[in-house]
Amino acid sequence: MSFINYASREINCKIVYYGPGLCGKTTNLQYVYKKTNPDQKGKLISLATETERTLFFDFLPLALGDIKGFKVRFHLYTVPGQVFYAASRKLILKGVDGVVFVADSQIERMEANIESLEDLRINLAEQGYELDKLPYTVQHNKRDLSNVAPVENMNKLLNPRNVPSFEGCAVTGVGVFETLKNVAKQVLIELKKHY
Amino acid sequence: MSSDLVMYEEEFQKIDEELQKLFQQASAKVVFLVDKNGQLIASAGDTREIDTTSLASLTAGNIAATGGIARLLGEKEFTILFHEGEKDNIHISLIGQRVILVVIFDKRSSLGLVRLRVKKSSEALVKIFGDITSKAEKEKSEGKLDESPFAEISDEDIDNLFK
Repeated sequence: MSFINYASREINCKIVYYGPGLCGKTTNLQYVYKKTNPDQKGKLISLATETERTLFFDFLPLALGDIKGFKVRFHLYTVPGQVFYAASRKLILKGVDGVVFVADSQIERMEANIESLEDLRINLAEQGYELDKLPYTVQHNKRDLSNVAPVENMNKLLNPRNVPSFEGCAVTGVGVFETLKNVAKQVLIELKKHY
Repeated sequence: MSSDLVMYEEEFQKIDEELQKLFQQASAKVVFLVDKNGQLIASAGDTREIDTTSLASLTAGNIAATGGIARLLGEKEFTILFHEGEKDNIHISLIGQRVILVVIFDKRSSLGLVRLRVKKSSEALVKIFGDITSKAEKEKSEGKLDESPFAEISDEDIDNLFK
């Protein structure tokens, strides 16, 4: 649910990075944070456990620039990927404008990817959203590893609408900004349709 | 699904006035109004030392988590949260199911005073947000939103954001 403020001339949108545990959602945000100019970003907030696993969410506010005199701000969130944090995942999807699904490309994680996508659908439905109608981008992460599934197969499983998908290696930054740019673009196009 | 929140100058002024009033009357340090999705709507008081964006996001997360706890206990929602610190205290209240009012105060004020003033302001804010919703619906039905600047967003504008 974007927030358009005519008084301060700002547009705020919420993008959520979703995916199974240890797929690289937080790493995506950390890379964006590292590579963004200080004047464009706020603090990267991580609510993590002692072992650095996301407990509630990571949050990064990002001011990209202006469109028609309006400052465009994206609020990037990740969800905790571990199965048992289902309640937190549900809450973070409130008011979402766009979803990035970060998939783990390792063959042995395909089942986890599929489960996570199903979990996403169910949690969105509980908030009154349909995944098929939301701006959605898939990132096939960890392409640098040796035991990865073919992208084509992964798209069949995780990208039913055949939206643009990106091969990534979030640790080194491959595909991170391409993914963000794509989902942001879809969110703005959606905004344009309604306003 | 709730619709997007659109705020115009006129309503923003009213909200700002209400927050300023609350800020004065509750002897607060800072007063914030946050969207339930974590976006800062307006503030009053000295915010220079505070990371308002993060505060907004975490407050909404806090309210969401508390809402989750409430439902587990069979309550619809807990509408007030209060955190007491060594120097500063924070009073968080949910208004009209939609926005979150945050008051930060120290020993120059008291919980009783803050609660009393928040209650009064809440009524005024509920009315303002009711007006915002009906105005947005009216304008949408009259097709006025077609004149919005966003209708003219081009692919080039979007690409320029990422340069």
